[in-house]
Amino acid sequence: MRSGLLTAGTWLVALIASVPLISVLYMLIVQGGGRLSAELFTELPPAGFEMGGGFGNAILGTVVMVAIASAISIPIGILAAAYLSDVDPDSKLAQWTRFLAKVLTGFPSILAGVFVYAVVVLAMGRYSALAGGIALAVLMLPTIILTAEEAMKMVPRKMKDAAIGMGCTRSQVIWQIVLPTGLPGILTGVILAVARVAGESAPLLFTALFSNYWLNSLGEPTASLSILIYNFSSMPFENQIELAWAASLVLVLIVLVFNILSRLIGRPKI
Amino acid sequence: MSSAEISAGASTEAAISRPPGRNERLADRTFSILAHSSALAIVLLVAYILWEIGIQALPAIADNGISFIFGSVWDVQKSTFGILPAIWGTLYSALMALLIGGFFGITVAIFLTQDFLPPRLSMVFRTVIEMLAAIPSVVFGLWGIFVVIPAIRPLANWLHETLGWLPFFGTSLSGPGLLPAALVLAIMVLPTVAAISQDALQLVPFRTKEAAYGMGTTRWEAILKVMLPTAAGGIFSALVLGFGRALGETMALAMLIGNSNQISLSLFAPANTLASLLASSFPEAGAIERQALMYAALVLLAITLAVNMFGTFMLALTTRRISGKS
Repeated sequence: MRSGLLTAGTWLVALIASVPLISVLYMLIVQGGGRLSAELFTELPPAGFEMGGGFGNAILGTVVMVAIASAISIPIGILAAAYLSDVDPDSKLAQWTRFLAKVLTGFPSILAGVFVYAVVVLAMGRYSALAGGIALAVLMLPTIILTAEEAMKMVPRKMKDAAIGMGCTRSQVIWQIVLPTGLPGILTGVILAVARVAGESAPLLFTALFSNYWLNSLGEPTASLSILIYNFSSMPFENQIELAWAASLVLVLIVLVFNILSRLIGRPKI
Repeated sequence: MSSAEISAGASTEAAISRPPGRNERLADRTFSILAHSSALAIVLLVAYILWEIGIQALPAIADNGISFIFGSVWDVQKSTFGILPAIWGTLYSALMALLIGGFFGITVAIFLTQDFLPPRLSMVFRTVIEMLAAIPSVVFGLWGIFVVIPAIRPLANWLHETLGWLPFFGTSLSGPGLLPAALVLAIMVLPTVAAISQDALQLVPFRTKEAAYGMGTTRWEAILKVMLPTAAGGIFSALVLGFGRALGETMALAMLIGNSNQISLSLFAPANTLASLLASSFPEAGAIERQALMYAALVLLAITLAVNMFGTFMLALTTRRISGKS
């Protein structure tokens, strides 16, 4: 009797837990789906009283800043992971790096913005796509390091030993054995990290700021989808709120596609 | 075959196995140094973050001292800065979120690991929960404004009218407030707690469970008296890390909590958190206020670092103990 109640309660809780996702997706499709059109991707954000418009510059800005973040964090992250898994896994430095990377995964994203503001924006004297990209890189790094280390550790010891037995140097073992074999796992981590930062807004608030115009150079304020949603969500104009929903739909689609992609690549092959 | 030939042609079949040449050793050195410095970069990055935010906050620390933390007025005109309301709101909203999200997260973890569903369905449901973690914070904020607030407003105002003498229901919900913020925060904490708790439950050796069943326990006796206590350390770490996540969450809160600098027990009153104070004030702040905000960032950094370090450390400790490695 008591057991039956508990089981029923557990089912109920599990069902309630899936309501938010369904509700969010439903709202995105209903509210944002109606606005989907080509002009969303080619036009600039409208002012309050204007009709129509789009967020082409915000999509471009998000893509550019995520690309900058990837260019910085992927090489450093994979090299650091190689250090953790194969170069010197038990050293003091490795233990500290691993611990701090784990701590950094829980690092509030807004503090990445504060940090980059102090280091980059104050130095350059203005908000820029570059600063936004660097802030995102800070958030990508720990995810890439930890997942890449896991992937590299999964490569069987025997394969590495065989390569060393054939006269490979350690770096050759990593380049020619560990990286190719661990690639699916590493890619999973990289794609997950990209998906995560593509939706980030807090670190961009005062590094990239926002812009109503197309991106001209990496050294000026830059629009992003997430900041557009934030700005427009508090507007009194129906048109802008509709655009916020449409932008959310596009953003969530991008993030979900990346997530599914990482699952397909990372699925264990037997 | 001469040794010159061997070292020249790495791809010739005769040279499959041979000692590394000089260039290869040089490449190896270079690679080692690069890998070494990349690992070191993470340590330096964390140190640099602490240092830089600390330096930027220094003038404000000198000006305001400890009264910054215990003061409750944020007045730019008078240069008086106090973050007690923000600290209060941060802790209050994170605790509420943890209470709700933690309960749901742990229950979902039990649901997914203790054979409630056939493996295939369990995979589907796990994906649903993981997708929840993928939704950007700002989208949750938008959803909260247009779905959560209108949905809970009638109930909130009914509670205020009937049970208004309780401090928790002391005000009516006019729009943004602590409860909608905490509810959305709970949804964002749920996947974190569920994922780490699942790992903890799966770490319990199969034999332990078998032994419980062998002694004639029912499924729920096994779960409540054997599985949960054995995984308690891991689940506790899941809650700590979920709490850390809730403390630093920014956008959804900045959009839903109302950004009002007051200390109230009421669930329906607007409040503020450290992260949303930063998000809403930083972009337009002047030099003096910016220093004060850096001080607030330092406080947030200290709190989240402490909570996350504690959680990570606990998790490592209990994982090691349960999996039997000393």
